[in-house]
Amino acid sequence: MGVEGIGARVTRKEDKRFLTGKGRYTDDMTVPGMKYAYFVRSPYAHAKIRNIDATAAKAMPGVIDVLDGKQLQADGIGNLICGWMIHSKDGTPMKMGAWHPLAVDTVRYVGDAIAIVVADSSGEARDAAEAVVVDYEQLPAVVEAVAALASGAPQIHPEAPGNLIFDWQIGEPDAVDKAIATAAHVTEIEILNNRLSPNPMEPRATLGIYDTAEDHYTCYTTSQNPHVARLVMSAFYNVAPENKLRVIAPDVGGGFGSKIYIYPEEIICLWASKKTGVPVKWTSDRTEAFLTDAHGRDHVSKVKMAFDANNRITALKVDTIANLGAYMSLFSSAVPTYLYATLLSGQYDIPAIHANVRTVYTNTVPVDAYRGAGRPEATYLLERTMETAARELGVSPAELRRANFIRTFPHQTPVIMNYDAGDYEASLNAAMQAADWAGFAARRSQSEAKGKKRGIGMSCYIEACGIAPSAAVGSLGAGVGLWESAEVRVNAVGTIEVLTGSHSHGQGHETTFAQLVAGRLGVPIESINIVHGDTDKVQMGMGTYGSRSGAVGMSAVVKALDKVEAKAKKIAAHLMEASEEDIVIENGELKVAGTDKSVPWFQVALASYTAHNLPSGMEPGLKETAFYDPSNFTFPAGCYIAEVEIDPDTGETDIVQFVAADDFGNIINPMIVEGQVHGGIAQGIGQALLESVQYDENGQLLTASYMDYAMPRADDLPSFKLSHQNTPCPGNPLGIKGCGEAGAIGSPPALINAITDAIGHNKLTMPATPMKVWQALHPAH
Amino acid sequence: MYATSYHRASSVEEAVKLKSANEEGKYLSGGMTLIATMKQRLAAPSDLIDLRHISTLRGISIDGRKVTIGAATPHADVAASRELAAICPAICKLAGHIGDPHVRHMGTIGGSIANNDPAADYPAGLLGLGATIVTDRRSIPADDFFIGLFETALEEGEMVTSVTFNAPEKAGYAKFNNPASRFAMTGVFVAKTAGGVRVAVTGAGSSGVFRHPGFEQALGSNWSADALSNVAVDASNLMADMHANAEYRANLVKVMAKRAVASAG
Ligand SMILES: Cc1cc2nc3c(=O)[nH]c(=O)nc-3n(C[C@H](O)[C@H](O)[C@H](O)COP(=O)(O)OP(=O)(O)OC[C@H]3O[C@@H](n4cnc5c(N)ncnc54)[C@H](O)[C@@H]3O)c2cc1C
Repeated sequence: MGVEGIGARVTRKEDKRFLTGKGRYTDDMTVPGMKYAYFVRSPYAHAKIRNIDATAAKAMPGVIDVLDGKQLQADGIGNLICGWMIHSKDGTPMKMGAWHPLAVDTVRYVGDAIAIVVADSSGEARDAAEAVVVDYEQLPAVVEAVAALASGAPQIHPEAPGNLIFDWQIGEPDAVDKAIATAAHVTEIEILNNRLSPNPMEPRATLGIYDTAEDHYTCYTTSQNPHVARLVMSAFYNVAPENKLRVIAPDVGGGFGSKIYIYPEEIICLWASKKTGVPVKWTSDRTEAFLTDAHGRDHVSKVKMAFDANNRITALKVDTIANLGAYMSLFSSAVPTYLYATLLSGQYDIPAIHANVRTVYTNTVPVDAYRGAGRPEATYLLERTMETAARELGVSPAELRRANFIRTFPHQTPVIMNYDAGDYEASLNAAMQAADWAGFAARRSQSEAKGKKRGIGMSCYIEACGIAPSAAVGSLGAGVGLWESAEVRVNAVGTIEVLTGSHSHGQGHETTFAQLVAGRLGVPIESINIVHGDTDKVQMGMGTYGSRSGAVGMSAVVKALDKVEAKAKKIAAHLMEASEEDIVIENGELKVAGTDKSVPWFQVALASYTAHNLPSGMEPGLKETAFYDPSNFTFPAGCYIAEVEIDPDTGETDIVQFVAADDFGNIINPMIVEGQVHGGIAQGIGQALLESVQYDENGQLLTASYMDYAMPRADDLPSFKLSHQNTPCPGNPLGIKGCGEAGAIGSPPALINAITDAIGHNKLTMPATPMKVWQALHPAH
Repeated sequence: MYATSYHRASSVEEAVKLKSANEEGKYLSGGMTLIATMKQRLAAPSDLIDLRHISTLRGISIDGRKVTIGAATPHADVAASRELAAICPAICKLAGHIGDPHVRHMGTIGGSIANNDPAADYPAGLLGLGATIVTDRRSIPADDFFIGLFETALEEGEMVTSVTFNAPEKAGYAKFNNPASRFAMTGVFVAKTAGGVRVAVTGAGSSGVFRHPGFEQALGSNWSADALSNVAVDASNLMADMHANAEYRANLVKVMAKRAVASAG
């Protein structure tokens, strides 16, 4: 059964359903009596609501009701929260402004929800929403974080004077300043990390169903973590006690982080279902998604990196301003702090680091985790700085990195993280070889002969996955623990259900989790089902984000399997009158080692349920639950190399080569891992060359459709050259690190390093659109 | 979507009659622009008069060097026409780079020019070829047809039925895509016609498609990309948006014009 176990390229079990249009997404759900919601949203970035008049709307055909924020508040539904407490360096807690699910007196971004219309059809709901008359008093708006901190900027929340949410730091400012003062060389750079919209293929949707007889709610929703959604809706938003609230996240068409958070719409549809007495469904359209899905990135940073005379880094100083948008989304405070600044040591042995981060309210969509969440920002900053330093110092970028690599493990960085394993040079060497780095000069001459500019750039990234040790994150302010759960349920005839708290929304868990079980027991992969995404079926779990499902979710499955196997061995030993220690499980059988005695797996399962002949005192059944709390983060790392050819006439960048050499530790399914890396790099290329959320100065979103928001398409991408190095993760039983975000983390700096190499200077920000590259080449314009 | 009544016209006469009976109605061709506009609630026609089932509006006919393309002919048919490619490959290439395959199989030449999006490709092609736009009531030279942003010479209720042109001696089209929409951020059509050289620019002008007399003159005396090197492009009448400012567009106008000449067949 090695063909289906760990390491095998098993085709995805779930793909038949997805590729034949048989997936069941939230919007596919229909229940009797179901009605449709449409939200009245603010057309202004900042305004007072003087009055909401829904009289005309309520009289429109098909309309069941129009409900607003005052009613929601009167019913005791709570405000949205940010679940990670950060303290400023002066010891004060972060200054969180109130986020009402439906705005009560003030709107703070274009798209802020004001009222919900429930009607017989979505068209009628939308017609009626247009008839709701809202009397606004417009207020000045601010969209850029730096501008929001300036004196005299519009004040967005009374709780946060000057729009400053927190002013946080990590590391040792004095040691860093001293090292900079005595350095042989200091590289200074300003880094902009562009704001992105996540764009999962399936827009957000929710269906709220209130059952009067049971006083019970069911919420279908596009969530990456249905249990967390239930916990938060229950504990903080007072929707219903947990036992009266079932959350189901069925097939979910991509998330990239944007479906971690609990948004207003889920809460409001549940509440509206009770108010109106009908099930209420809402499905976002694409422009609504641009207007309301949490955005990612949006940092402005100043960097100083100090070197000694041997080109060894002696210190790194970072000053970052992060735009969190109009409200603090669920994990927004953690992203530019503990998911960002803790990775600023990169792959390098840096004796002293200091990072200061200010987070800021603006009149824009809330910003939260997006594929990579903090680590792309750290990697872009660090790898652009390293490349710039190499150019300033006149050494090759590879040599500068080699001179500073961490080479012994475990390695304690000055910014919390303790790296457990890695071999950064192995990935660097593999990438340089795959890219034929040595042959670049010749290729550049060929390009020059054609009138093109060629450049090459690298990025050596590290990231932290497998979030996270619960006690550690708890001490840093997290409101939840970040363990994972699994139940392995063996049926009476030996087929198996694995109930996992992880949630698959494109990652392929139904295949990889089954591979783990198939490999361990030697049973066919078809006999294993992975169950996830329903709080009524699955025990409490923490969901999927931060590339944690393999490292944490599967580790929980391993623990549950250990227990199942131990019990199965006891039963088999009893049936074969052998000693428990002599039983081995192989090829779907339990064997007595060194003999030809065996019982098939299904027979042991059956014996456990007939319970006719079990060891004395043993409980019937074969089903075990385990919770796994990781002991550390995991640290995927690698080296990416991009080679570009630029048309100086148009500024167009052609990616002629892209190499990724990744160390993800052990790999469950290479095909799925390659798919994750491909997708991640595509998003990284999107950030580097194409994507950028843009607001005008009044806070109107200019990039509210694909006419203006440039997503990467197949012909924007080269064929990727991938390879894997492997230093197994010592921290979890499978030795896996996680692969879901690396592509998006490692690729942007490699591309911008390549483009700046081609154009010969550093004045370029992402996305490097043709116009920007052309301007960089023709500075007069 | 607001309520609307759908009519499937079977002849030009019927369609025109339906249109005049429903003042707030609109002709529907490929729907690639109109339906999207309705979904965004930027248009709310009372009636949709579908032209795609009028057989006389669809197809390409070639008589010697005279080409006639029915208004309801989808872009994909123009792109794939071998007969047309034999005498005017540039227009096939232009059609083959509009949007994506879905758009090319639905969107039509009549809908595209009636809409006259300032970043659309066909307006450059037809202006560059010196084509004639035939309607249910008259013939309009391309020079008089494209008036401004989304504005044409069409009168209320007037329907494009076909476009005609004589295949040029040589023609070429070069388009620089808007990175997001892939409409033309600048597209230049050049043609050496019996009446002289014509150069039409789309995607760049602040009032839509325009001819470039400087380029026409230069190419008229020397049909080569190099002939354009010293001709200035004035940025002052060019469009500026978040994707491209006027200076960059001016640069693209020149670069695309040269490429159009170099690729002309
Ligand atoms: C994703 C996407 C990408 C696109 N990319 C490009 C591109 O790269 N380049 C490009 O040029 N275009 C592009 N388009 C536009 C496309 O070419 C449309 O097909 C075209 O603009 C409209 O043609 P239609 O047949 O769909 O017209 P419709 O949408 O049906 O109609 C458009 C307008 O013209 C009117 N109309 C239609 N037919 C007639 C007629 N015979 N007489 C009078 N009025 C009429 C309608 O009433 C309506 O006002 C794109 C569209 C989409 C959706």
